Order: sequence, then structure tokens, then C-alpha cells
Amino acid sequence: MTSISEDSDKEKMRSVSVDLNNDASLVIDIPDALCERDKVKFTVHTKTTLSSFQKPEFSVPRQHEDFIWLHDTIVETEEYAGFIIPPAPPKPDFEGPREKMHKLGEGESSMTKEEYAKMKQELEAEYLAVFKKTVQVHEVFLQRLSSHPMFRKDRNFQIFLEYDQDLSVRRKNAKEMFGGFFKNMVKSADEVLISGVKEVDEFFEQEKNFLLDYSIKIKDATAKAEKMTRSHKIADDYNHISGALNNTAADNNTAFKKHLEKCAEVFEKLRKVEDRMASDQELKLTELLRYYTRDIQAAKDLLYRRARALADYENSNKALDKARLKGKDVAQAEENQKQCLQKFDKLSESGKKELTSFKARRVVAFRKNLIEMTELEIKHAKNSVSLLQGSIEILKSN
Amino acid sequence: MAASSERSPPPFPDLEEPELLEDSDEGADAFTGTSISEMDSPSPDTSRPPKDIFNEPPEDIFSDPLSNINSEPQKKVDAKISSPSSDEAVDLFSEPLDDDSEVMSSPEVQNPMPDLLSEPKSGVLGEPPVQKNAARQQDVFEEPPKGSSKSSSVKKAASAEMLGDDDEEEDLFKEPPKVVTRKPQPSGPPVDVFTEVKSDVKVKPQVKDDPTDLFSEEALTAPAPKPSANSSSSSRTNGVHSEEQDLFSEATVELSLDSPRNDRKKDAVKPSVSAPAAPEASSSSKAPSKTLEELEEEESEDKFDLNISVTNPEKVGDGMNAYMAYKVSTQTSLTMFRSKTFTVRRRFSDFLGLFEKLSEKHSQNGYIIPPPPEKSILGMTKVKVGKEDPSSAEFVERRRAALERYLQRVVCHPSLLQDPDVREFLEKEELPRAVSTQALSGAGFLKMLNKATDAVSKMTIKMNEQDVWFDEKIQDVENEEQHLRKLHVMVESLVNHRKELSGNTAVFAKSVAMLGSSEDNTALSRALSQLAEVEDRIEQLHQEQASNDFFTFSELLADYIRLLGAVRGCFDQRMKAWQRWQDAENMLQKKRETEAKLLWANKPDKLQQAKDEIAEWEAKVTQYERDFERISATVRKEVIRFDKEKARDFKRQIIKYLESVLHSQQQMIKYWEAFLPEAKAIA
Repeated sequence: MTSISEDSDKEKMRSVSVDLNNDASLVIDIPDALCERDKVKFTVHTKTTLSSFQKPEFSVPRQHEDFIWLHDTIVETEEYAGFIIPPAPPKPDFEGPREKMHKLGEGESSMTKEEYAKMKQELEAEYLAVFKKTVQVHEVFLQRLSSHPMFRKDRNFQIFLEYDQDLSVRRKNAKEMFGGFFKNMVKSADEVLISGVKEVDEFFEQEKNFLLDYSIKIKDATAKAEKMTRSHKIADDYNHISGALNNTAADNNTAFKKHLEKCAEVFEKLRKVEDRMASDQELKLTELLRYYTRDIQAAKDLLYRRARALADYENSNKALDKARLKGKDVAQAEENQKQCLQKFDKLSESGKKELTSFKARRVVAFRKNLIEMTELEIKHAKNSVSLLQGSIEILKSN
Repeated sequence: MAASSERSPPPFPDLEEPELLEDSDEGADAFTGTSISEMDSPSPDTSRPPKDIFNEPPEDIFSDPLSNINSEPQKKVDAKISSPSSDEAVDLFSEPLDDDSEVMSSPEVQNPMPDLLSEPKSGVLGEPPVQKNAARQQDVFEEPPKGSSKSSSVKKAASAEMLGDDDEEEDLFKEPPKVVTRKPQPSGPPVDVFTEVKSDVKVKPQVKDDPTDLFSEEALTAPAPKPSANSSSSSRTNGVHSEEQDLFSEATVELSLDSPRNDRKKDAVKPSVSAPAAPEASSSSKAPSKTLEELEEEESEDKFDLNISVTNPEKVGDGMNAYMAYKVSTQTSLTMFRSKTFTVRRRFSDFLGLFEKLSEKHSQNGYIIPPPPEKSILGMTKVKVGKEDPSSAEFVERRRAALERYLQRVVCHPSLLQDPDVREFLEKEELPRAVSTQALSGAGFLKMLNKATDAVSKMTIKMNEQDVWFDEKIQDVENEEQHLRKLHVMVESLVNHRKELSGNTAVFAKSVAMLGSSEDNTALSRALSQLAEVEDRIEQLHQEQASNDFFTFSELLADYIRLLGAVRGCFDQRMKAWQRWQDAENMLQKKRETEAKLLWANKPDKLQQAKDEIAEWEAKVTQYERDFERISATVRKEVIRFDKEKARDFKRQIIKYLESVLHSQQQMIKYWEAFLPEAKAIA
């Protein structure tokens, strides 16, 4: 397949660019992954010079659930409340290609050999694309953790990277799932509640408004982009047309036959170009939007935590006032108020830093991806132009 | 072909000859075209004399079986009837004296004239010295009946039967001198008949004289009249002792006549063909198709200078009585039109009316008549009711384009272009309102009923196809139609998907514009709104491409699906002609059986009627058979023409389509290249 080189190209040009510091002290990648039924086993490979690791280089098998566990533990760590926690990778979704594969198996008898082979090849390509995308998303998650000055030192993260046995993280049971759901509900309600709290810092006020607005917009844009890339079925149609043309040509023996065959060939080639165009658009544009939808959610979470801390601080202030009024437990209330203020200040400080870097990171990522997408679009369009020009010449000449 | 326009009252052969000499090509054409009418008109004249003859010989009994026998050898009916008749023949041959004259005259007189006129003429014409001399003209008539009446049955297998039949003829010919010498004295008017008999005898010796001519098929008709003109006495003697040779030569004559005849048929269809190459009878079916293709090649080169465009659709009237009128503009240098450019306004039903007229006139001849776009009650109602709706605008444009293509196809057809109705449609200011084109009218209902009955009869007709070419072609056309239907579905879904994509791109563009407006990084915000613009343009591109998908590709397929339906209609017409011929053949057999029964039952009073009926049906069989052959030739030619046209049309359209794709890709490059610096400017 000619697309292999292309595919590896794509891998190099990461679909989602994150602003990683090119620190060689901790380099993580996922060179390999294995798909067993609905479980994907990633091989997480680490190369490090940090003394906190026992060996300079090691590989461990990890599942998607392990990544989720890692993400959750980081989220739950109080210390990291002031950071934008890299969004957890989405669950691998092989349903689409798998379902198609199933259908293909059922329809095997009703298809000609060539059609079947073609379909199968296509599906395999599709499957491979989804697979690669999944691996990349997981890799990016780890890389963002490793590039963060705090997260890279996280104990759980180090265990995740180093422990050479199965982590055998329990899958969340129903109660926990529900608990998680409930927590989210509470969080949303709380968000509404504390939104009434008056912002003291203009930067955060601005940032909050921006992120809320941006998050809505980017969610919408993502949905629309997904819809657009999904409706990019032209390649499929070209494929079908090419097949139908070939069938028509097969039963024909007049001068007509030649035109039909030529035409089928053109459509087949156009299909390939169109296919790549669609998948590149998906990779460069949709994936970018998708990732930043999640990342913005993470940033919003940070704001929430800060707003929560602010609310806590204000509550503690009130409690202190009350205590002073009553002249009871004043010391405790003072202590509490001090802690809340400290926490809030810390959150504000790191949050400011995080949000600023997030902004820079986002702009760089958008720039990179948009340039890449544009270049690819131009490349593909040029391909089809030269292809069409050649075909038109040939058709005209005979 | 000028067939229909030259339908003039059939002139008498002697008058016609010089005229024919002037322009042999057209003459031959005219004859095939008019053979039906000519056949009818001269026959009363010629059939009268035999009646006289019948009256003269007193014995009816003799004459009856005779004609029966006679018709058999000449018509080559199956063994079924020939067996009883051969019994009778024994009787016959014991007393063949008087009968001979009848044998020769009565059955032949029915047909020879038209046959003569329509077919062997060209041979005669090739021979300049034939005219002026009355005797020679008689020869002209007399010589060919043999061949022509025989050739009326195309089946080559029949020649074997012919050989068997010759036994009878042999007997017949034993006596001819006597007949000839005796008969002329008693009656004045039937001279023709007798000379015919005489010349029959004459022909034979001549045939025997140059046997090489005989076998070199083509030459047969040409030399035939030559010696017969002056050698009446010598031929007599020759005739007497040369029977055996004649028999065989006759057999060969028959075979050979077959092939030139076929060729001439094609000749008539396509006047520009010069003398047929006289292929062997067995290969004759192959050869004509090749020559036809060559002809096609020639034909395709001379392009008609005729440009037709349908423009300016305009709504006329209001409410449900509203209709769309189109401007039909013609640009031509053809002299058949009054001026070089002219414009008329036509409404949709006029286009349908034109199709109705054309198919009424030409479809039974086997022409492929380009079908107009279908009526669409839904679409038109929308146009009538809706004000300015994009879907109804699309409908009107779609119909306009379809009507234009339809007219262009009609005038591309060399024969249809000649049709007065087509000319009238293009030229005449006011056309009578086309009726019976309404889909929901009573006439429309009748049409549907007719179509249904046609479909039923089509299913019931089981044609055993003799012609491999047709067999394959019919199959091909059916397969192709199926494939095109599938392809059409695919292209339709391409159109729909592209429209969907276009819509989604527009929505995304809006969304990106919104995102850009929220973006707080100025450069990124700018880039995003630029991206929104690019996506907007791309949406336009998709939209345009979708309409190109539809108009250049999908509609092309839809047209050809319709056209293939018309091609199948041609095949059906041919099958109908075949069925008519077969029915007549069956009828003839039945009549013969009745006659045999009557003969057996010894009912002389009804015999004459039965005989007349047989004669009538024989004529019909001949005519229908010829019709069938003509329609087969036409259909074949039409289908070859259609295939050529189709290949050309497809190529042109595909190139056009690919160019449209090319254009949109080039635009795409432009848009993205313009965006690239914007993306790079993000900082």
C-alpha cells in the first residue's frame, strides 16, 4: 500500500500539537499497541535520566483504564488543583469499523471477489486510522504529564510508567460510576451557585468569560466539523461509481467500453485523493477542535476549583466574623480563614500561569494544525488537478 | 431517406423506366419505400388476365389443385401441405397441357409486378439497352418473377425443398412450347400472361447458356434480359432439352438471389452504397453489418449545421392553468429551413406532442425516437404554486436542459430531421395545441392501457431469434440499462452527499466564524474568520460541483436510461413485425388446410373463395415478411448509429464533467493558497 509512508508521515506530524518542552530527561512514547477484542493494550515506553526512576529505559503494558485511573488520581490530588490537568484520552472507539467489518462478513456472498477485497482493504485502512489516532491521543496525554514540572514528579505517574506488572486497576463499578455522575451534577450545580461570587481578580474574570464563551463555540465548531467530515462520503460515492462503471464496461464491447474503463479509473484515483483529503481534514481540523474542547474543559475545571476556593475563603471569612462576634472558636476560624486564603492565593497564582501558558499553547497548536491542513489540502487538490488533467488529455486524444 | 416524401402514385413500369435510368439510386430507394402502394395498385391489372384464363379452360378441377401446387413450389411451404398436393400433382401432370399456362400465370401474376418493381429493377437498370422494345420490357417482367417470388422466402434451407419441387416444374416445362404456340391465338388481352410463360422458358435457356453467370450471383439479373430479347424461337428448343440443368441452375439462382436481394435491401436503406459485393449467401448476414458500420462512419462525418437551444423559460398564466414557455432558437445553414436563424416559443406539451407525432409515424419503422423528459406533476405544481423557490427554479432549469438535449437528439437523427413535423416545430409561429399529452387526461389513460397491453403481448410473444446479432444486442441493451440504472443511483447519491457536505460546510463556516469572534488572540481570531471565509467559498464550490454532478453526469445517465428504453421499444417493434408475419404465415397455412379439406370434400363452389383468400394471405405474408426485414435492417442501423452517438456523447459529457471537477479543484487550490499566509501569520 502506498499510503504506508504517508501514514507514518502523519504519525510524525502529530495530530494534536501540544506545547511540550523538549526536555530529554523524561521521554515517553507508545511505540506499539495491541488490540484484543474491545481492549487495547498500549506499550508505554519511557526513556529517562531522572534519578527517581530505577532504570533509564523501560516499557510497560497499559490499558485505557489505567490512563483513566492516572487521570483521576491526578484530578483528586489536592496539590494539583491549581493546574490545568491534561484531559484524559477518550475511550478507544472501534465500533464504527468493527460494525462495518461485521456487515462485510455478512455480505461476503453477495459481492464479487474484487469488491470484497476492495471493501476489506478500505476497512482495514479505516481501522488502522482509528487505531493510530487512539494511540496518539494516549501518548499525548502522557507527554503532557511528563512535560509538566509538577506532574512529572507525581508518584502515581511514576508508578504508571515504571511498574512492570499489570496495574490491574479495577474498572469502576456501578456505584462509583453513579458517584462520578453525581459528583459531576453537584459540581455543575455548585458552579452555578458560586458563579454569583464576585470575582476579585480582573484577569480571572476576563478569563472566565472568555473560556465559557469559547467552550460553547468550540463545542459547536467541533460538532459541525465532525458532521462535515462525516458527510465527506464523496470518496465512497466515487468508489461506487467507479465500480458501477467497471461493471457497465464489462458487459460492453463497443467503443463505449474504453471510455467507461477510463472513466472508472479516473474515479478510482479521485477516490483515493478524496479519501485522503477527508481523513486529513479529520485529523488536522476535527481532532484539533476535539482536543481543545477537552482542554478547555480542563481549564474551566481549574477555574472552578479556584472559584470554589474563593467561595471557601469568603465563607471562612464569614465564619471568622461570626466566631469573633460570638467570641468562640476564634482561633480555629482564623486558622481556617488563613488556610483558605492561602489555598486561594496559590490557586490564583498557578492558575494565572497555567492559563497564560494554555493560551500560548493553544495558539501555537492552532497555527501548526491550520498550516498543516492547508498544506495538505493544497497538496491533495494539486494531485487531483494533475490527475484530472492527465485523464482529460487521454480521453480527448482517443 | 426520402422514402415517405416520394410516395407518388405508382407509374406503369414502361413509363418509369427512362426516369429510373436517370437516377438509379433514388429510384431504387423510392421503390422500396413505395413498394406497398405499388404492390396494391398494379395487381388488379395483372390479376385480371388470369381470371380470363380461368374462364377459358373449362375444367375447374384442374385449375384448382394446380394453383395449389404451384403456390407450393414457389412459396415453399412446409412438407405438411406438400404431401397431399403431390398426390394431386400426379393427376396434374398427366394432363398438364392447359394448366401449365395457369400454373405459370395465375400464381405469379399476383406478385411478380410488385416484386419486379421493387427488387430486381436495379439489375435491369444496369442494362441500358433494355428499353423501348416492348418485347424486352416483357422480358423484364417475366424473367425475374421466378427469382423474386422464390426469394420471397428468405430461408435458405428452402432451396432443398425447391429442388424437390422442381420435379413438378420439370413436368410443367416439358410442354411449354405447345402452350406458348397455342394460347396466343385464342385470346387478345392475356397476351402478357402467355408471353410470360414463354419468356420463362426463354430465361432458362439463357440461364443455361452462361452458367458462369449463374454462379457468380451478382451477374444474374443483368445478363438475363439480354439474350431473351431476340431468341424466342431458339429458346424454345433449348427449353425443351435443357430442363435438368435448369433445375439445378434454378436452385442456385434462388440462393444467389437471396443475397443480392438482402444487400439491395440495405442498399435501399442506405442509398449511397454502390453495387453490393454479392457475398455468399451464408456470409451475407455478416457482411451487411460491416458495410453498415462503414456507412455509419461516413455518415457521422457529415455533421448537420444545426444548433438548437432552449432558453428563457417563462411562466405564462396564473394558478393551475399556468405553464412554462420556452424559447426554441435555431441556427442553421441547412437549406431546408426558410432562414438561418429563427426563434419560436413552445410549451412543454408541444415537446411531448412532437414526440407523439414522431413515434406515431416512425416507431413502427424501427427508428429510435429520442424520448422527451417525463411529465412531472409534482415539480410543475410547485412551479405553478410556488413563488420564487430554489427547488422549483432547479426544476425549471433541469427541464429546460432536458428539453434542449431532447431537441438536439431529434435533429441529430438524419431521418427525423426530414420530418415535416420537426421542421414545423422549429419554424412555425403557432402550433396547434398538443392534446392527449396530459398525464391525467382520458387520452393519457388510454395510452397507459395501450402500454399495459403492449407489455402483456410482449411477454406472450416468444420469438425464436434467428439473428445472432439481434439476440446479443437485445441482451446487451438490457444489461446496459440495468448497469446504467445502478450507476445512476450511485451518481444520485453522490449528488446528495455533495449537497449534504456543502450544507455542513456552510454550517461549519458559520461556527468557525463564531469561534473566531470569541478568540482573544488577534492573529488567531483573524485566521479563524479567514478560515470561515474559505469554508464558505468551498461550500459554494461543493454546491456548484453538486449541480455539475447532476446536470452533466446524472442527467446524462437518466437520458440514456430513457434512450435505452426507446431502443428496447425498437426491438419490440421489430418483434411485433415478426409476430405479424408469423401470424400471417399461420393464417395462410390454415387457409391452405381449409382448401385441402374443401378439395377433399369436393366442394368446388367454395374453392374459389378459399383460393382467393390464399392469394390474399400469400400477398400479406410476403408483405409482412418484407416489412420485418425492413424493420430489422432499420433497427440494426439505428442501433449502430445509437451506439456511436452514445459513445461520442458519453465521452464529451465525461470530459465536460471531469473538467468541472478539475475547475473546482483548481479553485480549491486558490482558496487554500490564499489562506496559507493567514495561517502562518498566527503568532
